[in-house]
Amino acid sequence: MLPVVVLLGLFLVAPVLMALWVSVSDWRGNGSPFGGDVGFVGLENYRQILAGGGLAERDFGTSLRNNLFYVVLVVPLQTMIALLLAVLVTRRSLRGRGFFRTAFYFPSVTSSVAITVLWLFLFSTTGVVNKILGWFGLNGPAWFQDPRGVLHLLLGAVGVDRAPAALGENGFLGITWWDWVAGPSVAMSAFVLMAVFTTSGTFMLLFIAALNNIGDEIEEAGLIDGANAWQRFRFVTLPMLRPTLFTVLTLGLIGTWQVFDQIYTGTQGGPAKTTLTPAYLSFQSAFVNQQWGQGAAIAFVLFAIIVVLTLVQRWVLSEDRGSRGERARADAVRAGVTARQQGGGVAGGAA
Amino acid sequence: MSRNRTSLASVAAAACAGLLTLSACGGGSGFDDGGSSGEGGDGKITVLIGSSGDAETKAVEKAVADWSQESGTDAEVTVASDLNQQLSQGFASNNPPDVFYMSTDQLGGYVENGSLLAYGDQLSNADDFYPNLRQAFTVDDEFYCAPKDFSTLALWINTTKWEAAGLTDADVPTTWEELADVAAELKQGEQPGLAFSPEYQRVGAFFPQAGGAMTDEQQTEATVDTPENQEALDYVQQLLQDGSAQYSSTLGAGWGGEAFGKELAPMTIEGNWLVGAMQNDFPDVDYTVAELPAGPQGKGTLAFTNCWGIAESSPEQEQAVDLVEKLTSAEDQAAFAQAFGVIPSVESAAAAYKEESPEVAPFIDGADYAQNPPSTVGAADVITDFNSQLEGLADGDPAAILESVQQSLQATVGQ
Repeated sequence: MLPVVVLLGLFLVAPVLMALWVSVSDWRGNGSPFGGDVGFVGLENYRQILAGGGLAERDFGTSLRNNLFYVVLVVPLQTMIALLLAVLVTRRSLRGRGFFRTAFYFPSVTSSVAITVLWLFLFSTTGVVNKILGWFGLNGPAWFQDPRGVLHLLLGAVGVDRAPAALGENGFLGITWWDWVAGPSVAMSAFVLMAVFTTSGTFMLLFIAALNNIGDEIEEAGLIDGANAWQRFRFVTLPMLRPTLFTVLTLGLIGTWQVFDQIYTGTQGGPAKTTLTPAYLSFQSAFVNQQWGQGAAIAFVLFAIIVVLTLVQRWVLSEDRGSRGERARADAVRAGVTARQQGGGVAGGAA
Repeated sequence: MSRNRTSLASVAAAACAGLLTLSACGGGSGFDDGGSSGEGGDGKITVLIGSSGDAETKAVEKAVADWSQESGTDAEVTVASDLNQQLSQGFASNNPPDVFYMSTDQLGGYVENGSLLAYGDQLSNADDFYPNLRQAFTVDDEFYCAPKDFSTLALWINTTKWEAAGLTDADVPTTWEELADVAAELKQGEQPGLAFSPEYQRVGAFFPQAGGAMTDEQQTEATVDTPENQEALDYVQQLLQDGSAQYSSTLGAGWGGEAFGKELAPMTIEGNWLVGAMQNDFPDVDYTVAELPAGPQGKGTLAFTNCWGIAESSPEQEQAVDLVEKLTSAEDQAAFAQAFGVIPSVESAAAAYKEESPEVAPFIDGADYAQNPPSTVGAADVITDFNSQLEGLADGDPAAILESVQQSLQATVGQ
């Protein structure tokens, strides 16, 4: 017991508390943060990034905006694709299942730096992606240099290319509402695709394990019950995957809010700060600009965001939520299945 | 359940106790004794550099090794993979390198947190540096560190395309009008006549040409939203809108030099660091270099420079200053210039280099009228923000851009 406490204390609790102190101090990165000339400044660093009215606030707002779109796109996409892949490769009828499983999992075991470099090549202006788009007569963008927001582009296509007054004048965290709804930039979209590509395989593995735990007899019972493939998936398999789904969504949420390596190796926050994320901003504030207090404050705000979102998601996914009718229907199907199962068992025993 | 609770509480208590011990240790010993007798006190000098490549590393290593031999003091050169991060980590852990590269945009932060030794005036060659460069490393009248070399921007011209368009040496632009004309003439379909990176570090060269600047000379007042700067940005915007100039990023190049080397554009605005890149990566492209054309208020360019920083907490300050004095001597700087194409920061050495290699003359001439990018604390952030706004300059509003940068920059000079 004691070694565990010492280890956790030394490598987890102590650094966290030190960082907490830095976030409320005026330490500027020279010497020990516990030195005599380091002062307590209360919530000043937090004020700077949340309500300072200056560049620090604008940068933090921008990074949150960027990361929010990244999360909103990556988490559902990677979860759905992971589930889809898992269902596909657990099917008995599929030949060479081992091969596909390995292939889908492969990006997950490759270092994210290597994949980022690969991505920079694929999505360069004259890269493979644009070549392929060219076959269809499409003129691909300069992916990693393109700061235009995807939603702004879509709005521009239907004629809205200036901020409506209501959105252009007011804002939150130093950036206007119009900029909040810019959507991920073209560059960030490329990162979204990359995240989906790399992590779907990881989560596929979790889903495969969960699917293997669901016995064949349940599937058969559903069949006998006359449920079609979609119904069996939706009302039998999916509810039984709920714990795994929670794990995958939570891990996805945490991972996507902390995105750093891709940004550090790929774009360093550019173009036009549209791939700046809180994690990278925190690093930059501390190590590059010697604003260690602000860097630590950003890290703690990010931590709070992740915790709150995880709790929200846990509440949403908890057993006793969901529309009453839907639940009743699912219950009925499940009850039917169980009844069949038991009936089948008895019948089998009798024969 | 209750048992769980008890054990949890005891774990927490133990953790707290452990933590208290830790922080007590931390407060008491090693951590905060100002480095007066820190671990570095073994008489060895550590030098941390961010190198542009093998040539630079070898040249610095050789110079430092020579000094070691002469002085009898051990010295070791380390090449940083991420200089900013390694340097700040060194200071935060109270074990910084003794001598290191320091850029102008980092200077303010390190001066403010007391990391840097202001040794400039102790050097016997303190008055030999170009005045602009001295100014770049002077904060509150203290000359902090010796400029190690510098670079300026000039106009690069692809001679093959130049001649193909029927242009001669006499057509090399010397005014804004002429630049606009030749850029339009060299434009071919989608291909612009001029390409440069979308950043203040290139576009900003037009400011002094129009008589503007980012701050006043002493960096006490931001002067971004002036009519002069507005005129410069309007001019650049016009070039972009005409299609005679384009950002290198639009052409799919990482920077202006790449666009120039890949012949995506026949002209670019880059510094002397491109000489090496052209030799190594694009040896088949013929080019000439000219001074940047003069604007309504005369010639202007930007100077980029690094200095040899020395840590305030270094136990070997005397030797460190001695080392820097050798590294900035005319002789050593001439060797660096030969090895990796930087311009000596000492006027006499620069003049000698110009005579030896006339092709670098435009860069050296630029030193006389070059402007330094702002170096106040937080200026680096403002420049990053400025750059992100400049990316949208073609359809943006120059006045609005300058106004927002003015606000951010003013906040940094007021400190």
